[in-house]
Amino acid sequence: MADLRSEFTGVKSPNPFWLASAPPTDKEYNVRRAFEAGWGGVVWKTLGFDPHIVNVSGPRYGAIWGADRRLLGLNNIELITDRPLEVNLREIKQVKRDYPDRAMIVSLMVPCEEEPWKKILPLVEETGADAVELNFGCPHGMSERGMGAAVGQVPDYIEMVTRWCKQHTRMPVIVKLTPNITDIRYPARAAQAGGADAVSLINTVSSITSVNLDSFSPEPSIDGKGSHGGYCGPAVKPIALNMVADIARDAETANLPISGIGGVTTWRDAAEFLALGAGNVQVCTAAMTYGFKIVQEMISGLSQYLDEKEMSLDDLIGRATPNVTDWQYLNLNYVTKAKIDQDACIKCGRCYAACEDTSHQAISMSADRVFEVIDEECVACNLCVNVCPVEDCITMVEMEPGEVDPRTGKVVEEEYANWTTHPNNPSAQAAE
Amino acid sequence: MANDMFTPGVVAGRLDAEAIAENFSDLHGQYDPHEAAVAADRCYFCHDAPCITACPTDIDIPLFIRQIATGTPEAAAKTIFDSNILGGMCARVCPTETLCEEACVREAAEGKPVEIGRLQRHATDTVMRAGLHPFERATDTGKKVAVVGAGPAGLACAHRLAMKGHSVDVYDAKPKGGGLNEYGIAAYKAVNDFAQSEVDWLLKIGGITMHYDTKLGETLDLAALQDSHDAVFLGMGLGGVNALPVQGGDDGKVMNAVDFIAGLRQSKDKTDIEVGRRVVVIGGGMTAVDAAVQAKLLGAEQVTMAYRRGKDGMSASEYEQELATSKGVRILYNAAPEAITDAGVEFAYTETVNGELRMTGETQQIEADMVLRAIGQTLSDAPGGLALERGKIKVDDAGATSVPGIWAGGDCATGGNDLTVTAVAEGRDAAENMHKSLMGEG
Ligand SMILES: Cc1cc2nc3c(=O)[nH]c(=O)nc-3n(C[C@H](O)[C@H](O)[C@H](O)COP(=O)(O)OP(=O)(O)OC[C@H]3O[C@@H](n4cnc5c(N)ncnc54)[C@H](O)[C@@H]3O)c2cc1C
Ligand SMILES: Cc1cc2nc3c(=O)[nH]c(=O)nc-3n(C[C@H](O)[C@H](O)[C@H](O)COP(=O)(O)O)c2cc1C
Ligand code: SF4
Ligand code: SF4
Ligand code: SF4
Repeated sequence: MADLRSEFTGVKSPNPFWLASAPPTDKEYNVRRAFEAGWGGVVWKTLGFDPHIVNVSGPRYGAIWGADRRLLGLNNIELITDRPLEVNLREIKQVKRDYPDRAMIVSLMVPCEEEPWKKILPLVEETGADAVELNFGCPHGMSERGMGAAVGQVPDYIEMVTRWCKQHTRMPVIVKLTPNITDIRYPARAAQAGGADAVSLINTVSSITSVNLDSFSPEPSIDGKGSHGGYCGPAVKPIALNMVADIARDAETANLPISGIGGVTTWRDAAEFLALGAGNVQVCTAAMTYGFKIVQEMISGLSQYLDEKEMSLDDLIGRATPNVTDWQYLNLNYVTKAKIDQDACIKCGRCYAACEDTSHQAISMSADRVFEVIDEECVACNLCVNVCPVEDCITMVEMEPGEVDPRTGKVVEEEYANWTTHPNNPSAQAAE
Repeated sequence: MANDMFTPGVVAGRLDAEAIAENFSDLHGQYDPHEAAVAADRCYFCHDAPCITACPTDIDIPLFIRQIATGTPEAAAKTIFDSNILGGMCARVCPTETLCEEACVREAAEGKPVEIGRLQRHATDTVMRAGLHPFERATDTGKKVAVVGAGPAGLACAHRLAMKGHSVDVYDAKPKGGGLNEYGIAAYKAVNDFAQSEVDWLLKIGGITMHYDTKLGETLDLAALQDSHDAVFLGMGLGGVNALPVQGGDDGKVMNAVDFIAGLRQSKDKTDIEVGRRVVVIGGGMTAVDAAVQAKLLGAEQVTMAYRRGKDGMSASEYEQELATSKGVRILYNAAPEAITDAGVEFAYTETVNGELRMTGETQQIEADMVLRAIGQTLSDAPGGLALERGKIKVDDAGATSVPGIWAGGDCATGGNDLTVTAVAEGRDAAENMHKSLMGEG
């Protein structure tokens, strides 16, 4: 068993799997059971001042499913905690006292003025919590009141509030970012400028999941009307990974710890976030779909992976960051061809339809349904690989330097060459 | 070829080695990785899953399937072995259709359960093939335990005790370990000498010494074992066979189904196993099905399995019955044997009225040159001094017998249902209780 003990901006936890601030961390009952199930830490459901907010009493969630009704994306219109502040604080204190080895982070959202922050921070500190997370991400409801994403979308506000918090508490401050912006690096830089100890991302993506075609209300429908919600779950993982990588490889924020959130469902998802530079991960939808027990698979899987790779957790963190680059630096002399494993092929013809109708007419189909790649036409786009129902049936095979690419008739070059020096690039610099 | 299906009498070699090998090949093949991925994907990861409740060893099925689905069959195997160290054999022999798969919610949803048994095999095979044994023995406790019987119960008990740091001596009357895994289970369920490789793999834990050809009651004595060891576990199975209470029941053509199967299991290519042209198997359990099917697979022309009650009363599952008929076995329900004659077996038809079995007056003669009796096994040589109940060693929930310091489990003890997986559960649980008692915690 690999050592999964984790330290994130000074906060220790037995593993890098935290529950994100959301219903799973809404109250003592949940959090105790989460800790019993093995979660390394929690970010408590976002607190605000009394009078506490109210939630709708109709449906809060909408969803997108894959085959077999596998939940792929969840959308919610829930607000921050709808329980009194004092009750939450008392419970946080009790749970932290009983589980001193677990990370206890408290998420906060109060109006964008110094006084409220100054007032709430000591109350949280008093619970013995390890850190605070500033919820600048919630895209619905709270943003209409000038909080959540309304702050997170304005870098100056992020910096200002973060600075207040750093002034008024000794606890580490994690700033939770919204993905509902154009360039994630600006809010991350603002958080850093304000003195944030870390950022966490992503919060949910603004969304409408579906429209009822009989009542013409967006779902979830509250008495015939719907409001945009926040999208999360496996569907948002690619968005989150990109944003994590953007921050990790930005020279200005390269050393800013990142807590990766968004669609983490299995140990593999977690490992990917870590490899792109996240110091730990937070999970919400997967726990809401399958229950707290899934952390066992995350623990056993990550541990086995690290053992097999003979890596420590720290070795994994950021391991893929240097490999994230801009398009213009990709090697244009790297040539691959799709290859179909005829033994694995079940002859469904999906690769053919995809390539013939929408790509490069690079797959042939015989009368007896044998599908083969035509190397002269294959541009190596990978579409067939992605539509084939059989994993690893179609693979991309790299051409060796010296071979002739039958499509271009050119010899595959050994040297790396990218767009910046390509003759077709009007602004190419001459290669030295 | 000298003999074939039609050769009269009881002879060997009705089929050539190649045909027999084909007939006795793996009943359910292994999954390839794609099949495993698709099968694992169907699991809903149910909460407090009904499949777990239905598994006598309580394997965390949703967890291990999720571990397969996420590309870590090794972790899946560990999850399985944590609860059931003979998870490899159980994946092959469990009547899943009446256990975990019957309880699977997708059986209720679509009549097509998640294929838990085959997924379990996929995971356990991955680890066992690689020779990995994901357990370590705790520091030696200095305690010595004797285990009598190297069947599923004894082996599960021995492994758990060894893991906890005790030194275990396992005694078995037979020259090989595995119990009925080696001598009883149908050959096509445990191909490629799986039973022996599983025993070898299990012993990798260390701290277990095997003593074969050592029979309690002959070269071994219970009182002496109690003296030389701190605790004793009895997992000796059921050595005796119920007699056929009919005229001619000890006729030369009558053979115990378990002996027929044991011979077959120990034969290299089975061309030396004698089988009748016309075989009648009497009984309605798994042993009867296995004997009938294997007689057919050896090349018998006609195999009839006769059971004195109706289809529903049969302890062999619907699936097992279908397996038998698909192999060409004819099942005769409601037929009670009356006499074994020169020609074959005379049956009287029965009916069940208000739960009572009655003769209808109709009879039936079935030709047979071989009659296999499979109407249950009994505990033949229970050591004296132990309280028995309905012919089995009486144990409490923790497996303790009436004599302090002696535990028992598996087929020889009360409470089970004569399945491999139940024997494993009982051996494991007894070991936990023995450990407590040995460490002065119980
Ligand atoms: C033909 C047949 C087919 C079966 N098929 C299935 C199946 O498909 N699936 C399933 O789940 N179950 C099946 N069963 C039942 C299953 O095999 C048993 O429930 C299981 O093996 C019981 O395990 P055990 O350890 O209690 O006893 P056993 O497996 O019987 O092992 C007892 C061991 O004790 C040894 N022993 C006995 N007496 C002594 C003594 N005096 N001294 C020393 N050693 C002794 C024996 O040699 C043997 O090795 C089948 C049984 C039979 C007979
Ligand atoms: C019902 C629901 C309520 C949420 N409430 C909060 C919240 O109060 N504060 C917060 O910071 N994030 C909240 N989130 C966002 C999650 O913490 C998380 O950032 C997001 O769901 C992405 O992670 P996931 O894909 O693992 O679900 C909520 C999410 C859901 C689904
Ligand atoms: S999940 Fe629970 S609270 Fe929510 S709608 Fe269903 S029963 Fe009600
Ligand atoms: S999509 Fe895959 S399985 Fe289907 S025909 Fe193409 S290669 Fe074969
Ligand atoms: S009952 Fe079926 S679907 Fe549910 S956890 Fe068990 S195997 Fe999976």
